[in-house]
Amino acid sequence: MKREIKGMLTGLGVTFRTMTHRAVTVQYPHEREEPPTRARGVIALKEENCTVCMLCARSCPDWCIYIEGHKEQRPPRREGGKPRSVSVLDRFDIDYALCMYCGICVEVCPFDALFWSPEFEYSESRIAELLHDKDKLGEWMETVPEPEPLEQGAVVKGKK
Amino acid sequence: MNPVLALDIGWGTTLAIKAVIVLAIVPLTALILGYVFLLKMMSHMQSRLGPMDPGGFHGWYQLLGDGIKFLQKEDIMPAEADRRVFALAPAVVVLSTFLVFVVIPAGPRLVVQPLDVGVFYALAVSSLSVIGVLMAGWASSNKYALLGGLRAAAQLIAYELPLVLAVVGVVVQAGTMNLEGIVHFQQTGELFGWSGIGFPLILTQFIGFALFMVAAQAELTQPPFDMPVAESELVAGYMVEYTGFRFLFFFIGEFGTAFAFAALAATLFLGGWATPWVHGTAADWLGPLVLFTKVMLVAFLMFWARFTYPRFREDQLQAIAWKWLIPIALFNIMLTGVLKVAF
Repeated sequence: MKREIKGMLTGLGVTFRTMTHRAVTVQYPHEREEPPTRARGVIALKEENCTVCMLCARSCPDWCIYIEGHKEQRPPRREGGKPRSVSVLDRFDIDYALCMYCGICVEVCPFDALFWSPEFEYSESRIAELLHDKDKLGEWMETVPEPEPLEQGAVVKGKK
Repeated sequence: MNPVLALDIGWGTTLAIKAVIVLAIVPLTALILGYVFLLKMMSHMQSRLGPMDPGGFHGWYQLLGDGIKFLQKEDIMPAEADRRVFALAPAVVVLSTFLVFVVIPAGPRLVVQPLDVGVFYALAVSSLSVIGVLMAGWASSNKYALLGGLRAAAQLIAYELPLVLAVVGVVVQAGTMNLEGIVHFQQTGELFGWSGIGFPLILTQFIGFALFMVAAQAELTQPPFDMPVAESELVAGYMVEYTGFRFLFFFIGEFGTAFAFAALAATLFLGGWATPWVHGTAADWLGPLVLFTKVMLVAFLMFWARFTYPRFREDQLQAIAWKWLIPIALFNIMLTGVLKVAF
């Protein structure tokens, strides 16, 4: 009985203390909440890194990534060499009405062309307008935070 | 001829003015309690802000807007409903709220109708709402509504007893059932020859006060005694089939009755409108303010418990009433009686 009464009083104390403290609510349209740096807000595309390898589109569980590209012949590096063939990205769309923010595409990209950005304010009034093209995805690159510095003593491999 | 605020007017006009005031005050008090406690205090107790935008300042317009919205809504009645009973039920519930306000004095002369059996009358009419609730539950032809109505009836009857018994101590001590008499007793009373704060009966009737608050909470079917409306299991109990202004009636009934019970508690235990050293015209004007302050204080306690505790199980709920509250109340009456005779 004593324990129950103590518990009830503790409960009253909790609600009273919460009432006297500031509410955690952020009045969103009036004041903007800063999401955590690594928040999964939207996927940004670094176009020059993309090789049209389609790994992201194939790994996407929702099939929400649309990629089109073609091959172009570039002049050979050395005099008299074979012309180089380069993949050029024509279309890279992500349908955010389908995307479930699993991040597999970001994980799977072997050339670091896809990044998570904490940007979250891209709602649209029509669902079809949530299909964003590569220009829009490229704009979001600016909001991608710098990668964390490596741990102390870590060995940087590969070319700079 | 009945003087209202020192104006001599005919009884018909007096009655009309009184009716209008009571009709205006009940929804107003429901709005005030709903806004201050349900919207604002509960939000802050859950570390959120509640409505902030409607009306510009801390969402003061929210409940008024809700009320207007309810008036616009379609009045839906289930096909199998007992139409007349269904329509009448919310009115009965609200009526019981209105009737309680009749005897609560808000000043030395500011009372709709002083009654010698004021306490008895107030508690009697407040239990009228059971009938409305049962009517609503039965007439809805809905199993959830019926379960809610039956639970409500069982609960309200069980807690009516401790509610009445808790007040008996006050009546014994003040020697009158007239609410104005009880206020007068507390105003003119003295604490060991010191009349600074009069003699609020909570000092000797603190057991009665605690019992009254618990029982009132149950009478209002507020958490932790909200088995009849338990929205997670009964959807909303007897209110499940009600829409629009009929639902609004239940809402006004709930919060209006909360205000009425808080006013009763303030009058019986905290001295009502009275301030010991204020008399005459000053008391006429100060009375309602003092009463309102005390009511808000009592209402704060009620809603504080409401927003803190989870719901009781049906058997626990009955056990609390019959095994704890009623024996304690009887003991309290006995103690008060013995002390009253001894001193």
